[in-house]
Amino acid sequence: MERKIMPESVARLRSLIPVLKQRKEIFASVRRSLDGMGYWEVDTPCGILAPAAEEYIEAPSAGNFFLRTSPELQMKRLLAAGMERIYQIGPCFREGENGRRHRSEFFMLEYYEAHSDYMQLLDHTFSFIRQAALDLHGEEKISFAGKEILLDRFECLSVREAFRCFANSDADACAREEALFEQILVEKVEPNLPQERLCVLLDYPVRFGAFARPKKEDPTLVERWELYGGGLELANAYGELVDPVIQRERLISFSRTRERMGLRKYPAPEAFLESIDYGIPPSAGAALGLDRLVMLLTGHQDIGEVSFPLDS
Amino acid sequence: MYSAADLKKGLKIQIDGDPYVITDFEFCKPGKGTALYRCRLKNMITGSSMDRTFRPVDKVDVPDVEEKEMFYSYNDGTNYVFSDSETFEEVQISAEQLGQKTYFLIDDMTCTILFFNGKPIDITLPTFITRTVAETEPGARGDTASTNVQKPAKLDNGYELMVPLFINQGDLVKVDTRTGLYAERVSKG
Repeated sequence: MERKIMPESVARLRSLIPVLKQRKEIFASVRRSLDGMGYWEVDTPCGILAPAAEEYIEAPSAGNFFLRTSPELQMKRLLAAGMERIYQIGPCFREGENGRRHRSEFFMLEYYEAHSDYMQLLDHTFSFIRQAALDLHGEEKISFAGKEILLDRFECLSVREAFRCFANSDADACAREEALFEQILVEKVEPNLPQERLCVLLDYPVRFGAFARPKKEDPTLVERWELYGGGLELANAYGELVDPVIQRERLISFSRTRERMGLRKYPAPEAFLESIDYGIPPSAGAALGLDRLVMLLTGHQDIGEVSFPLDS
Repeated sequence: MYSAADLKKGLKIQIDGDPYVITDFEFCKPGKGTALYRCRLKNMITGSSMDRTFRPVDKVDVPDVEEKEMFYSYNDGTNYVFSDSETFEEVQISAEQLGQKTYFLIDDMTCTILFFNGKPIDITLPTFITRTVAETEPGARGDTASTNVQKPAKLDNGYELMVPLFINQGDLVKVDTRTGLYAERVSKG
């Protein structure tokens, strides 16, 4: 009988099958939860004409359009059109982002709630993550990097508090200096976040809230949270900025920064601007890295271990 | 110059005039902010480690480092002399710099020498050398094959190490030059 030697590319996928099955279960669980909360799943194109001009995120270009870095602007257009609870699961692309926790192509869960706020969105987020753990493991806890993470509740810290406690620094002062905020976040804050539960960092200096609305009580901060689990940054959420004037100002300012940094100029997102002018209801929105959620729930510490290899 | 995006595990860089090798590397992008490249660096001269985070705009110096295969030639009384097998160019390394590696040098042995700015800063010997045991007490519990219990021994070049009980004077043994520890017995004396 003829025997063939299994090529490495086949062996690699074969060893991936168990985690691909878990991945499917997690996706299904998240969809069930969101559907149960009255969300509609939507799909918007991966190829877009005008990516959001964020300062540090690069969209790969593909012919005469770009690959989306997130479906944010398109989903906000759906909010303006009248949809109230929407989510999307699909690939997003970010040029040059590769590492143990980054892939230049990854799976995003992006979800929005109109007439809601970012703290309610946090409760919903926590509840579908807990449900996914329950569906996958039968219990409300996860084992990650040799540690147990309990999902009975989550920890919550303001960014200012976290910078004070863990780095003895002033978050607002750090935000004024190029890359200092990020450096302290990575070196001192993130490693010291509580590990035994999921942890939320809350309310960022304005500069770190591209599409977030200023907080009513303190307009030097924006309504934004980031959810961490096992040291992984899982999700980012905003109380969405729906003020067309501030939104235009920010887009122009980001565009200028990009120009100064020598980055590619993107066309203006005309359709999005029309929508925000027409009116987007007060909303909250979040983006969650699904590959990272799979990492967290399956105990894998490298994003390459939970997704189909980028080798085709 | 390297740009931060060139950094990766194993790359050799120069900081404040010292050569470093990147032993651990992680790409980060915290909170939608700028990308950061977190590195664990090992000083190639002192061996000490440190952490350093680089930003995308950072430039990093390229060190003038070169690895050369050379053979051990002779000891001139104060220094150990190594020669290039093709050019016969000689390089002297002090006993202090070699540390316990002086015990593992054998005439004509091929070694890898790392040069920084033209000066030798590190030497890698073949992983194992074979030497004769010159002195050791007979094993108290007889010729057992156990390697858990060890006793002191001295090799023919004066190097002292711990060996299993079954090793006798005159045996040929292998020593791991990276750790200086006994590896295995080659033959009985």
